[in-house]
Amino acid sequence: MATQRDKSKTIPGTTIFDGAESRKGYRINKFAMSFTKSENREAFTADEEAYMESWDLSDPERQFLRDRDYRGLIEECGGNIYMIMKLGTCTGHGLYHVGAQLRGQTFEEFMETRNASGAR
Amino acid sequence: MAKIVGGIGTSHVPSIGKAYDMGQQEEPDWKPVFDAYKPVQKWLAELKPDVAIVVYNDHGSSMFFDKYPTFAIGAAETYPIGDEGWGPRPLPDVPGNPDFSWHLAEELVYNEFDMTICQELSVEHGFLVPMNLCFPHEPSWPVKTVPIAINVIQHPLPTATRCYKLGQAIRQAVEACEDDLRVVIFGTGGMSHQLNGTRFGHLNTEFDNDFLDKIESDPIALTKLTHQDIMEDAGAEAVELIMWLTMRGALSDDLTRVHRNYYAPMTTGMGLIALEENA
Repeated sequence: MATQRDKSKTIPGTTIFDGAESRKGYRINKFAMSFTKSENREAFTADEEAYMESWDLSDPERQFLRDRDYRGLIEECGGNIYMIMKLGTCTGHGLYHVGAQLRGQTFEEFMETRNASGAR
Repeated sequence: MAKIVGGIGTSHVPSIGKAYDMGQQEEPDWKPVFDAYKPVQKWLAELKPDVAIVVYNDHGSSMFFDKYPTFAIGAAETYPIGDEGWGPRPLPDVPGNPDFSWHLAEELVYNEFDMTICQELSVEHGFLVPMNLCFPHEPSWPVKTVPIAINVIQHPLPTATRCYKLGQAIRQAVEACEDDLRVVIFGTGGMSHQLNGTRFGHLNTEFDNDFLDKIESDPIALTKLTHQDIMEDAGAEAVELIMWLTMRGALSDDLTRVHRNYYAPMTTGMGLIALEENA
């Protein structure tokens, strides 16, 4: 059986969403998944603190949410990119905003690295 | 007898769906993507498939990590358009063929592919972007569909070889159906991309073009890639490409390539290949 993952060999700048990440991120990912219902998006938009209170989130998770710190949510809290993206309708932050944060760049700096940034 | 008449490998980048819905098909940076699908639409219109089997992954629309199946098959009359967090796309619901789905499920499970069978399933960008690029769909879709969802987002994932063998089992299952159905199969996802870490935005055009060469001429070489190989070279999310091997496993080696395209404007290598069975 070929080894599918070499866990001794990390890939620079890369987080693999595996069991450890999924366990760590279960709360924040379940919270983000709730944004697939319009009534929950509306509840968050109406009162973010009250909506967060209705979920079992940790203090760091809440603070990263308040700060729109997607790097923190993904890299420190185990957030899955596809789940975290669901916050975007409420926060106004799409994939490329999140990506620029992950790279430590401004949105404009990130766009300059792309081949045809009109296709965004 | 049902038979597979063609296969399509295509990316399923969600921003393409958004651009489509906003009518940006003619904008200079988007035009190459949309134009690439025109020959495939024309080919499919002539091929007249009855059913499209669409191999895709659910990105948190109908499925979540409370129970995330490794292999799942839709068996519904209708697949509604899912809400991925920004409201359902303005597309008509997609018709299923539950008799055919249950036939495939029975054949696959008895052939040792233990599918999760889904009688309620909303479909999302992994499924819808390929469908909306390849088929006219107003007021309704011209084919019935069988969604097949593979876990490519939460490791451990099925191996590339396993995905290819699933495709071979799908071909046997299709050919064991007595209904006179013409079937196309889609393998979706990829190509190179990474959506996490400081390597966000990683692309590998050389890898993608080599993959497009080999998916046509030497898929066995691709089945030997480990998840680690793909992630190191093409980015963590590029592992979606193992779903193209399910499509290819369902085809013979007597094929004509109808069309091929590659474009990498933003964060994902957008690949397209259409293969027609000669016999």
